[in-house]
Amino acid sequence: MFGIPMILINLVIAAVAAMIWLALNALVLVYCERKFAGHIQRRPGPFEVGPHGALQPLIDGLKLMSKQLLTPDNADGFLFWLAPILSMIPVMLLFMPIPYGPVLTGMEVNLGLLLILAFSSFNGLAVILAGWGSNNKWGVLGAARAVAQTVAYEIPLLLTVLSISFMTGTLNLSEITAQQAGFIWDWNIWKQPLAFLIFIVAMFGETNRAPFDLAEAESELTAGFHTEYSSMGFGLFFMAEYGYMVAMCSICSVLFLGGFYGPFPGIEGWWWMLVKTYALLFLMIWARWTFPRVRFDQLLNLNWKWLLPLATFNLLATALIMKL
Amino acid sequence: MSAYQNLEQMKGDFYTQKFEAGKQDGTLIINMGPQHPSTHGVLRIVIEVDGEYIVRSEPVLGYLHRMHEKMGETQTWGGFIPNMGRVDYGHPMAWNWAYVGAVEKLMGIEVPERAEYLRVIMTELNRLTSHLLWWGAYILDLGAFTPIMYAFDDREMLLDILQRPSASRLTYSNFRVGGVQMDLDDKCLELIRTFIPHFRERLPMYHDLVTENLILRRRIEGVGIIDEDMCQRYGCTGPVLRGAGVAYDVRKDEPYSIYDRFDFEIPTQDSACSAGRYHVRVAEMEQSLRIIEQALEQLPSAEGKHIMDKAPKPSMKPPAGEAYFAVEGGRGKIGVYVVSDGSKVPYRVKLRAPGFSNMNAFAEAAKGTILADAVAILGSLDLIIPELDR
Amino acid sequence: MNAFRKNVIQPILDCWSLLVGLKITGKYFCKPLITVHYPREVIDSENLSTYGGHVELIGKPKDPAMPKCISCMMCVTNCPSNCLTLVKQKAPKPTPEQEQEWAAAAERGEKVVKPKAPKNPAKFTYDYTLCSLCGTCIENCPANSLQFSNNIYWVATSRKEMNIDLLARLKEQATELSAPAPKIEAKPAVAEKEA
Ligand code: SF4
Ligand code: SF4
Repeated sequence: MFGIPMILINLVIAAVAAMIWLALNALVLVYCERKFAGHIQRRPGPFEVGPHGALQPLIDGLKLMSKQLLTPDNADGFLFWLAPILSMIPVMLLFMPIPYGPVLTGMEVNLGLLLILAFSSFNGLAVILAGWGSNNKWGVLGAARAVAQTVAYEIPLLLTVLSISFMTGTLNLSEITAQQAGFIWDWNIWKQPLAFLIFIVAMFGETNRAPFDLAEAESELTAGFHTEYSSMGFGLFFMAEYGYMVAMCSICSVLFLGGFYGPFPGIEGWWWMLVKTYALLFLMIWARWTFPRVRFDQLLNLNWKWLLPLATFNLLATALIMKL
Repeated sequence: MSAYQNLEQMKGDFYTQKFEAGKQDGTLIINMGPQHPSTHGVLRIVIEVDGEYIVRSEPVLGYLHRMHEKMGETQTWGGFIPNMGRVDYGHPMAWNWAYVGAVEKLMGIEVPERAEYLRVIMTELNRLTSHLLWWGAYILDLGAFTPIMYAFDDREMLLDILQRPSASRLTYSNFRVGGVQMDLDDKCLELIRTFIPHFRERLPMYHDLVTENLILRRRIEGVGIIDEDMCQRYGCTGPVLRGAGVAYDVRKDEPYSIYDRFDFEIPTQDSACSAGRYHVRVAEMEQSLRIIEQALEQLPSAEGKHIMDKAPKPSMKPPAGEAYFAVEGGRGKIGVYVVSDGSKVPYRVKLRAPGFSNMNAFAEAAKGTILADAVAILGSLDLIIPELDR
Repeated sequence: MNAFRKNVIQPILDCWSLLVGLKITGKYFCKPLITVHYPREVIDSENLSTYGGHVELIGKPKDPAMPKCISCMMCVTNCPSNCLTLVKQKAPKPTPEQEQEWAAAAERGEKVVKPKAPKNPAKFTYDYTLCSLCGTCIENCPANSLQFSNNIYWVATSRKEMNIDLLARLKEQATELSAPAPKIEAKPAVAEKEA
């Protein structure tokens, strides 16, 4: 077709779709989170804009866009504005290899899992640039926390993912999904329950969500790395955070919950993926509005003393069983 | 490169510079406050941190100084009562009582029996609102958003009750020299009677949701030790002292008014850490409920206008002399010292704010802990900034 | 073994408390809301009647536009915030005939009976911005002519408006009483507070 390879067209479409999907998800999630939080606290949440406040996130987005972009005095302007963009772009790439349906895969890559893990650690870089570039002491503290945290939590995440790929023998997400076709007991969660638990905990840590939201702990560090951001600078960080959440939950449902396959054969479709992803997202929101925040050293202790040994043990056990 | 041009501006004010002078290598000086989410107002703390560890810290006060003591020298004796409601928005009734009690002592006025009971009931209800406010805000500081809403749900019911006899919801000033301003009507008593079992039912939920929570326990246990010796040196009272294992409570040790008629316990904890102070406050809520119950039982019937009958006119002139009166507030021992020269205006009013003494222990307790612990310690002291500065 | 139990077994068991927390918030998630949606719902009138708003005058039972106040100045002198101002009414200016009559009476050695100034105040203003809502004025009023308003919907958009002319306000209320304003549409919130 005009000499343009089919794969490129596919990619562009996927990138645009990922962007739209991301923005849409961020809007829906913000609304859901606020409603959910409201009802947990026995108040209605957003209610005034649109029916039951459904247009509230849209209006909030508009408000954010109409605000002035402020660069603090003495900040390193280039790094300061590079950071939010840098945190946004990898999120879009994260969505590429995830199979959302039988034909709904942005990019068939054999090393899909590796790609995701590589891109997801980009966020740490963006956060450290934001904290450093804004010339704010709280920002630097937040950035330092964020880096230690993302680096630490990457490892158990990687180890659990590895144990899945040991079992399935592939790094391609579509294949991992395909292997889970069939009934509900064919899902990986039953074969790797420990890995699932570790993945969930590490997911909280990796996405900087409460109770592990130490990088922006507002009662300690005012707002951590994004203290100085205004307008869409803050908006981008905000969207990226929700983007990471969606991406992580999608990956979790692909790896452990059978992706786009339903609980019994013959009803597969993208809606299953959506249902599973949102179920996991609700778990994250629910936890956020229930638990206090952990302390920083406890967070790292949990990682190095609990998750890492357990994940290693799980990996070795998987390897042993596969060998036998 | 425009960065770091005007270093002159970035030096900070006197306190920052003073800290900067004694700074070690490789540490960072940060200002927590005056605008910081977990200082609950305009308290400012200059902290020197080594990474996340606190090397030194120093509270800086005075951002909310309102000259209450000086105002006492310009208002009439009766006219100073509204000020008392504003000193501490958490537990204003106790402040009311401390001042009114001091003036009554000076003038030798005896308070009608029913008025005493009303004071006890209202002060204890107010203590509940104070502790609920602290509880919610403390958990909020530690990062959980929901408990404060549940606490405020109950607090709202209490405010609805207290609104009846005092016509206000936060800064009560309904105590008068020689009595209380308004009586509790039947509807109000009935509301209190229904509130007590309701709150007893809610308390286990608070425990399950927060006190038992693994994360919270790890956050507050063993953090911010303020032991008996430190309490003595800094003059800490109230839950901070009781959290250090000393059963000192003005209501029991120097019983004022009619507190000796009630049967209640003083909860103490030996751990001397934030968790100890937390448990003391939560246990105190139950004790307050007990006191209210007993007071409601013993409450003399309301006949005639005998809650104010011995009250002097607001333009009273107490005889020359001085008096000191202490009560147990939500945060500790509240003391008011008044001096009269026989005129319509007090010669001097001195207010002893418990929060001020408690806050001073912070710097020592926070040394060597990490930044997140500073928040946990600060919250466990239950500081009300207007009270610190007065 | 003990250390193992303390450092390994106990933390795992303690994780149960996290599930309990989730259960509680989940339970409250399913319960009805307890907040009042203001413009659509209003607080029940029982609660409203105990609200203490600004200070206002009470009218005479027979003539609600006329305050019970006897201009004794108790409230003004005792107010700690000096927010009340009261101007007493002057005695009516005597006409020339009256003056002549009085002069004649004085000459005759009779006691002169001059008409007294009316007791009700000529002007009564109140600065809400200064008031500390302490209630001293109310409890010291010998005529029981003051009370806290329980109108929570009273608003002012400027400082000037908060300087209320209490007499004018009493008149307003009196006319409102005779011709009641249309009821507010919103229904009271169902105040169900289950345990
Ligand atoms: S309530 Fe108190 S401050 Fe207000 S007008 Fe009356 S006496 Fe003055
Ligand atoms: S105290 Fe009562 S009667 Fe006296 S001037 Fe004030 S409102 Fe009028």
